[in-house]
Amino acid sequence: MTIKEIQNEIIDEFSMFDDWMQRYEYIIELGKSLPLIKEEYKTDENLIKGCQSKVWLQGEQKDDKIVFTADSDAILTKGIIAILIRAFSNQKAEDIINADTQFIDEIGLKEHLSATRANGLVSMIKNIKMYALAFDAKNRN
Amino acid sequence: MLDIQKIRADFPILSEKVNGKPLVYFDNGATSQKPQIVIDAEAKYYQEINANIHRGVHTLSQLATDAYEISRVKIQHHINAKFSHEVLFTSGTTHGINLVTNGFASILKPGDEVVVSSLEHHSNIVPWQMLCEKTGATLKVIPMNENGELIMEAFDALLSAKTKVVTVNHISNALGIINPIKYIIEKAHAVGAAVLIDGAQAVPHLKPDVQDLDCDFYAFSGHKMCGPTGTGILYGKEDWLNKLPPYQGGGEMIKEVTFEKTTYADLPHKFEAGTPNIAGGIVLGTAVDYLNNIGFHNIQKQEEKLLEHATKRLLEIEGLKIYGTGKNKASVVSFNIDGIHPYDIGSIIDKLGIAVRTGHHCAQPIMNFFCIPGTIRASFSFYNTIEEIDVMVEAVKKAKTMLS
Repeated sequence: MTIKEIQNEIIDEFSMFDDWMQRYEYIIELGKSLPLIKEEYKTDENLIKGCQSKVWLQGEQKDDKIVFTADSDAILTKGIIAILIRAFSNQKAEDIINADTQFIDEIGLKEHLSATRANGLVSMIKNIKMYALAFDAKNRN
Repeated sequence: MLDIQKIRADFPILSEKVNGKPLVYFDNGATSQKPQIVIDAEAKYYQEINANIHRGVHTLSQLATDAYEISRVKIQHHINAKFSHEVLFTSGTTHGINLVTNGFASILKPGDEVVVSSLEHHSNIVPWQMLCEKTGATLKVIPMNENGELIMEAFDALLSAKTKVVTVNHISNALGIINPIKYIIEKAHAVGAAVLIDGAQAVPHLKPDVQDLDCDFYAFSGHKMCGPTGTGILYGKEDWLNKLPPYQGGGEMIKEVTFEKTTYADLPHKFEAGTPNIAGGIVLGTAVDYLNNIGFHNIQKQEEKLLEHATKRLLEIEGLKIYGTGKNKASVVSFNIDGIHPYDIGSIIDKLGIAVRTGHHCAQPIMNFFCIPGTIRASFSFYNTIEEIDVMVEAVKKAKTMLS
């Protein structure tokens, strides 16, 4: 599936929820259930320090795609990470570079991607793109 | 007894809804809300007397200058400064502190020591670190105990002839602990050190008496005490302000300028380069009047009630821990729930209309001390109610259930 298709699928899933509580409960479930990153990758190098919560992000190339794993110390942040990973991981560098995160607005989680939240997610998306740019440049050489 | 409903009617924002719920505003430590009288005064200035100050001969300029200087005198009386020229208008506490640290760059020498406390906001740590880097002075830190209280025996032991400045907040922003500043000032003076008090978190709750305290500098912000953002005061003893070099060069702060040499204006203008926040300065005086009309005795009584109720109700929640349990406290409760990240609680109760602060509160050393990523901080003002606290407690319980 393309990034866009996955994002639309996520939007569809979220349209079933009636209110913010249900959305949050779903995010919390995602945050609780997924082992998102190997302990050995939770290094300072992979750490994005938000004012509020911490985020770890690790990316590696598998064939022509990039696989991301990530984690956070806050459950809501971790749940949103699970959604972001679902959309952006296992995709081609070029597609990641060209993708946007508009779907997060559409599923009613916009405030978590605002810079004032300082939860590390904005930097995480930036770093996902940086990984993609770096892999893309490497592949062209 | 205060008529809280009548007071609440002074603050238009308190009847707003947030996320469809009545706003419960418990982030007063970050900034206070503004009464209508303050909002009106700001508009009135621009509608009726807006002009630049201290320079025009025209009537409007005179009116604006008078209003600005009257405000300075009001604040002088409010904090009981000896002279009005010891009261400098700033853009806030951070500006005031930087003005002082900048001045000390020409005074401190390698080997000198600056003493800060472990309860400080970053804005009363970083400028002193920068000063130490610049001058070769050393930064020493007063430690705290598990209750969030500064350890005075350790402070005594830090003092020596090398100590040139001691800087400490009156009330801790992260925990609400009221520091024994009178003792600190007295001891610091005994070794010849100057003392700066960061009063940012104190001025909404009490009326500092700078002569009684005998501090050398007292910095605070207007926006935390019902005044406009971008306003603040640095009080400095006349001798010290005369000794320190100007912070910024520009108009207003000069006596005479030639390309060979500039002589500086007298106090307070020496430290007030450029066109200041005129409206803000005037309206800060309005805010001070407003608070004095309510009366700090009444404010404290109401806030004590809120603190007591909040502490009691929050502790009903299993696994909840309050940080800063010292006896002498302002109306601030900083807490966490076992195994739950403060960000998660803060995000969920925000959805329920409750504004609290989460995170490290710009006081990372305190969070490191307790080995936590941050806390949830509810900071109360006199316009808050017992019912609002109950709403928050229920919201926190709900968040806990969702997150557990």
